[in-house]
Formats: sequence, C-alpha cells, structure tokens
Amino acid sequence: MSILDSKIPEGPLADKWTKHKNEINLVNPANKRLIDVIIVGTGLAGGSSAATLAELGYNVKAFCFQDSPRRAHSIAAQGGINAAKNYQGDGDSTYRLFYDTVKGGDYRSREANVHRLAEVSTNIIDQCVAQGVPFAREYGGLLDNRSFGGVLVSRTFYAKGQTGQQLLLGAYAAMNRQIGRGKIKMYTRHEMLDVVIVDGKARGIIARNLVTGEIERHSAHAVVLGTGGYGNAFYLSTYAMGSNVTAAWKAHKRGAFFANPCYTQIHPTCIPVSGDHQSKLTLMSESLRNDGRIWVPKHKKDVDAIRNGSLKPTDLAEADRDYYLERRYPAFGNLVPRDVASRAAKERCDAGYGVNKTGEAVYLDFASAIERYGKEQAYVKGLNVDDANLVTDLGKKVVENKYGNLFQMYEKIVDQNPYETPMMIYPAVHYTMGGLWVDYNLMTTVPGLYAIGEANFSDHGANRLGASALMQGLADGYFVLPYTIGDYLAHDIRTGAIPTDTKEFDEAEENVRTDINKFINNEGTKSVDHFHKRLGKIMWNKCGMARNEKELKEAISDIAQLREEFYKDVFVPGTENEYNEELAKAGRVADFLELGELFAKDALEREESAGGHFRDEYQTEGGEALRRPEFQYVSAWEYKGKPSEAVHHKEELKYENIEVKERSYK
Amino acid sequence: MMNLTLKIWRQKNASDKGQIVDYPLSGVSPDMSFLEMLDVLNQELIEKGEQPVAFDHDCREGICGTCSLYINGRAHGPQTKITACQLHMRSFKDGDTIYIEPWRAEAFPVVKDLIVDRTSFDRIQQAGGFISVNTSGNTQDANAIPIEKENADKAFDAATCIGCGACVASCKNSSAMLFVSAKVSQFALLPQGQVEATDRVLNMVKQMDEEGFGNCTNTGACEVECPKGISLENIARMNREYLSASLKG
Repeated sequence: MSILDSKIPEGPLADKWTKHKNEINLVNPANKRLIDVIIVGTGLAGGSSAATLAELGYNVKAFCFQDSPRRAHSIAAQGGINAAKNYQGDGDSTYRLFYDTVKGGDYRSREANVHRLAEVSTNIIDQCVAQGVPFAREYGGLLDNRSFGGVLVSRTFYAKGQTGQQLLLGAYAAMNRQIGRGKIKMYTRHEMLDVVIVDGKARGIIARNLVTGEIERHSAHAVVLGTGGYGNAFYLSTYAMGSNVTAAWKAHKRGAFFANPCYTQIHPTCIPVSGDHQSKLTLMSESLRNDGRIWVPKHKKDVDAIRNGSLKPTDLAEADRDYYLERRYPAFGNLVPRDVASRAAKERCDAGYGVNKTGEAVYLDFASAIERYGKEQAYVKGLNVDDANLVTDLGKKVVENKYGNLFQMYEKIVDQNPYETPMMIYPAVHYTMGGLWVDYNLMTTVPGLYAIGEANFSDHGANRLGASALMQGLADGYFVLPYTIGDYLAHDIRTGAIPTDTKEFDEAEENVRTDINKFINNEGTKSVDHFHKRLGKIMWNKCGMARNEKELKEAISDIAQLREEFYKDVFVPGTENEYNEELAKAGRVADFLELGELFAKDALEREESAGGHFRDEYQTEGGEALRRPEFQYVSAWEYKGKPSEAVHHKEELKYENIEVKERSYK
Repeated sequence: MMNLTLKIWRQKNASDKGQIVDYPLSGVSPDMSFLEMLDVLNQELIEKGEQPVAFDHDCREGICGTCSLYINGRAHGPQTKITACQLHMRSFKDGDTIYIEPWRAEAFPVVKDLIVDRTSFDRIQQAGGFISVNTSGNTQDANAIPIEKENADKAFDAATCIGCGACVASCKNSSAMLFVSAKVSQFALLPQGQVEATDRVLNMVKQMDEEGFGNCTNTGACEVECPKGISLENIARMNREYLSASLKG
C-alpha cells in the first residue's frame, strides 16, 4: 500500500468534482477574515488564486521576485487557452477535452484531475471575458477559435500571439482590485528561501527582500506555491531568466514529495541556438503549425547546397522536399503533439538533414498558407485568383493578421523575413510536467502546503498538449484551490495569527542565513553562470530528447561532481545587504544542481518511454515511444539529505473511463 | 567581431549620487542580443572581482516589460517597436561608443545602476485598472455579448502595453499618459468596461498625478518609442473619457 493518498472522491467520474464541492468544509465569511494565506508566485496560477482568495475574504500575502506581479513568465505564453465550449460545433465536449488531455499525456495523468480541468475550462473563458480580456473575435462579434496539436477540433481561444499576456493581465487586474482594497498585501522583489513547518503544518515562509537584502519572516495558516517549472535546469530554455525551482525545492527539502521530475516538455518550434553567448531561447508558438508546414530536403546533396548557401530553400522543388510529419502521421500531420514533433525533428537532424550550419534546424514554411489565404481573399473580393503577386500580397496580410507579432519577433532575432523564406526552428526546453506531488485538493505531502499551476505535477502526465498550461494555471487558481483550501482552513478558524518568534522560524531563518553567508564568503574563482551553463550541457546532452541508461548514470555522477565543484569554487561578488543578482542566482543554481541529479535518477528509474520521456532502449520498431504497463504509476520522491538517497514512492494510476491503448497519431 | 566602448551609469543605491563609468568591451558578436552583450561584460567584471552592472531583465523576448535601458539617448535603443532585450548588436558597428542609462523620471527612482523602481505604475493600476467582477465562474456565457470586431481589436491593441515605462522615459515631462490611457481605452472600448468607466478614469488619473508624473503636451515621443506601438489615439480617448466623467462626477 502506497503512503500516497490521492484523495480522489468516490463516484462516477463526471460527478466527482460536484460531489466533492458539496461535501467539503466551508469557512464562513466572518471567519475568513481571521485567516492568512501566503501565495508565492504571481503568474496565472498564483495571481488568480491570490485574487480569488482575497475576494472570498481571506487575508492574502503574495510574493514575487519580479518588480511587479504583471511580469511573471505566464506573460510570455503565446498561442492560446483550451476550453470545451464547442462554439465551432465541431463535436467538442468535456469528455473529448478530457480524453485528448489524458491521451496527450501518454496515459500518465490522473483521470479525476483531468476531468475536473475539462469541466471548469468553460468557466475560465466566461470569467476572462467578464474581466475584459480581449480575445480574438470574428466579424459577427463572437469569439474565434483555432486548433492546437494532438486534437481534431478547434477549441483554442486566443488573443493574437499574446494570449498569456492578456490572461495574466486579467489576473493582475483582479489582484490589483484586491490590493487596492487592502485584502492582498503584495511583496514584489522578494524571493522565498524556505518554508516554515510548525507541528507538521506549513505555517510560513522565510523571504529575502532582493533590494535591501533583508531576511524576513512571514506567517500564515496555509502556504501556496505557484512558482512555475524548473526547465532552467537546462540553462537554455524558453523560460524567463529568473524562473527557478528554489521555492519548490525548499518545499521538497521540508517534506513535500517531488513527482515525475524527468517529465520535461521539449517544444518543437523554437528559434535555433546561434552561438555560445546565447542566454535564452525563443519560442515560435505552436499555433503556427495550423498554417506552417514542416520539412527538410529529401536529398543530402540539397542539404549541403542549402548549408553552404548555394541553394535557397524557396528554390527547392516540391518533389525534393520531405514533409516528414505529414508523411509519418497523415491523420494529424503538422499538428501532432509536441513530444512527437520534437522527436521527429531530432530524428531528421540526427540523420543529417538539418538545414542550418550546425545541422540542428528544420523548416517551418508558410508559402502554401499564404497562397491558400491569398486565393480565398482574391475570390471574396472578386479579384483575379490567377495573379500570383496579388495572391501573395493578400495572403501575407492574412498571415500577418494571425501571427504578426511572432513573425516580427523571428525577424528581429534571426534577421530573416519569414514571409519570404521559411523559418528555421529546432526543439527547446519549454515546460515541465513534473513538479511537487499533490492530491486531488492540490495539497502536497506537507499539510497546509499547496502547489498549483506548473509547480505541481497533476494534470499533464508525461506530455502537455498545447494551450493547456494556461487552462490549468487558471483552473487551479480561480476554480479549484479556492474551494479545496477552505476544507483545510475550516480547522483553523480558532487558531489565531501564527507567531513568527518561535523556534521553527528561528531555525529556518538561520538556515537561510547560513547558505547566504557561505556564498558571500566563498573564495571561489568562477561565476555562477559558469556552473549553470555546465549543468545545462549535461542536462541537454544526457537527459534531453532521448535518454539511455549509460548516459543517465553518467549524468548522475557528473552533476554530483559539478555540485561539489560549485560549492568549492563559485565566486559571488558584493555583499548580502544590497541588491545582488549574483547572490540570488547562486542560490537558484545550487537548487538546480540538486534537482538535476534527482531528474536523472527519475529518468533512469523509468524504464519505458512515455510522452516527453524517451528512452532509447524502449521504442517500437517504427521509433515511437514504447510505454510499459508495469510503469503505470506516478513516481514521487522523498527527500533524505541527498538526491542519491531520495526514496521512491509510487502512486498507481487507474484508468476506469478511458481504455489505455497505443498512443497513435497516424 | 566588434570592439565597443560602453559608457554605463553606475549608482550603488537610491541615495548614491551616481556617475557614468567607461568600459571597453571586445569580441562582441553581431548575433548577440544587447543584454547578452551586457552579460559578457558582467562575466568579465566578475572574473576581475568587480561588481557586475545591475540591470532589470527577465523574459528576454519582449513581453514581460522588465528591461528598461536608455541606450544612446533613446528608450530601448535605436530600433523602433522592440524592447532592449530584442535589440541585437547587428544594430551597432565596430568602434561604436554606447551610452547606457536608466529610465529618468521623478516617479521612477533608481534602485541600483540601471534598475529603477516602477511601483508607481502598479499603484495607478490598483486605483482603477480593473473590472469589478468576482471570479465566481458564474458570469454569463462568453458569447452572450457580441463585440464588434473593430472595437475588440482596438481594445486588444491598447491591452498589449507591457508596462515597461519607455513612454515616461521618453517624455520631456515624464508623463505617464500613454500608459494610463492604454488601460482606460481597453475598458472604454468594451461593453464590460462601461459600468465603472467614470470612477476608473477619475481614480487612475488622480493616482497618476499623485505619483509625480508630468503633464502631456502632445509631443508624441511616447508613441514613437513605445515598443508595442501603443497609439496616441488612446490619450485622446482618455481625455474624452476624463472630460465626460468630470462633467458627470
């Protein structure tokens, strides 16, 4: 019997959430005023939960490391947000969204959680429109939809290529209303450095004011982490520079189990690496695969000619191009899920068909979409559909209207015009499905400590479908946590304010100070970035798109060794009592160096391929991921001092409403 | 590869006087972003045991609005409609001297080096930059109110403001009118925003004035330097909203 209790309610799948909401404890409005909640992180999950809990009447303290809650990295999400509205009348339903998400996650997520997510998805769109989020509309004034990978319907709502920005600003506005009313106390430029546990319950945090360097104690009746994912362990990723695992990792060290750390999403369409100076990678939204076609040349001689500049991709004949996704996956074509598209790109590039100088890029081509849209426009306007120049001009306008900001972003970075020549793209680290283990109520294994959004592991299994991250962040923050946390806080109505002058706060603060002093007084010679880059190389080369036993074992020892070297030789300039970005970075990289080892250990343990986790040893004859029924469980790791000593726990996954089958997109 | 002379504003903290310091930098690739060029400088400084240059940055893809550099006398540098993190070194040439300063405005005090405090922007939003609807999920169906596409698109354009502050830094009066009007316009163009329109514009403008931002004298530098191309039309719309609200109020 596992010690993990997922607390999934009894009853038929479609009734579980309603039944649960009817049965859990509530806190009356007068008592909510006596209860404090700390929320760390102000992205879609943290921001939306802070606003909602404050509206309900709780006293919220919210923390972010950025200079404003509006800058959390949810802002950078481009493509859209899924909801089972079926506005297009194309056969969508709650069940289909549920089914697509479980299948997309390669049958490694919990049925009950995913069904709840699909149920509340429609509320999100209603709520956001009521808040004034300007989603894209059609000429009739109704909301527009588009399609994303791994599904056969159009259920994605969007605001050009800035959907994350618009949704986050909606949550930020909802927060601002509560900050203005005094119900949220906002702490910007603050970093959480420890969780304080009192009598087995999360009762506060230790935070560092990043401007003054002061170490602060904050208490509450519950602590919520909406601190995002840990993809920056790879150094190069589409994450923001400041995105980090520190809050989640400190929680892990205080008893919260860490689930499925090896499940990482490597997004197929990112701008390729240009050189050693590179500090981050930029995503080109999956929505582009609605209209862009992915290809490489069929013949090596054309690859060589393109690489040495003697052949332009636009001059290569149709018959000499290999639209490999359309060839391998005719049913889904260019809109296969991300894990499948990424591996297919890697397969072609490894076989020598990559189209840039380093051989690590494929084309994403809009020429046929421009022609198709152009002809449509010419026809509608009663113009000559055979005038190629006219058709191209009209088509470019349509494409610009849909993806203008993405095309502009591409041009600024690469210095090539994607309306004229195909984009070059390559997979990059984008999202982490793994995270803190939580039960159905989103509570970690530490009572009173919750994890929401990307910071938890719960809804995406081994691979997340496009436009689902925004959906999960807002579902958790607006519509799930505000109910489930009440059930726990109902027991705290007579507790009174939690004092911060106790031995537990003393001990946690002392820990934080010790770590900081160690960095400041270390007489090392190398910068934090030096170690971070080296960690990133190990992660990418040995724990990246394809993994195997030998390299994972090497990664484990390489990372352990790098960690030792880091503590001996890292140099942090300046002092602890001032704005000191290097000091903040040192703490984050120290945690990545521990997480990275657990990541490799988890990948080694999982002797199967599932979603974003691909083991060379476990593949079908056609090179597809080979899942193994004996691994139909969630891995949850318990901290025991060192990553190498982490204890493995399993939560068996049961599928009662979906038949587990081969995940095919052919 | 390029060799550059960087003239960078260094200021220890808010109370320090601050000064321009010269840094020669060699081996700069035209493919680097401007911030990656600063990363290279900072690595060199750290290796020499010196304090790196503090600057704000996060997403590095032009959307979070964190980066805030005044480069050769222009907010976000010589290119239009991009942020400093999207600026690439191919916009400069070998031998160039580049001045790098923080945003300058009374309402944006310097925190350290190139970092300023923009919490005044947050306080303006807290004064009224929202629609007062609780997150119950019990609102009406999203398609219950059709919105004319043209208004929806204009509301979206106004809503793309990233809150970086380039408009304030570029304005000779340090006015925040473009920033405030973008939010006022977004809601003024949507039916959902009508209910609180009067209070919203009055409260946001009042807070803007209290924060010490200057007046608008219609020079339009804000629109030119805005990385998101927020239009001056929004200021005109806010003025109309303000006038009608004042008459009602």
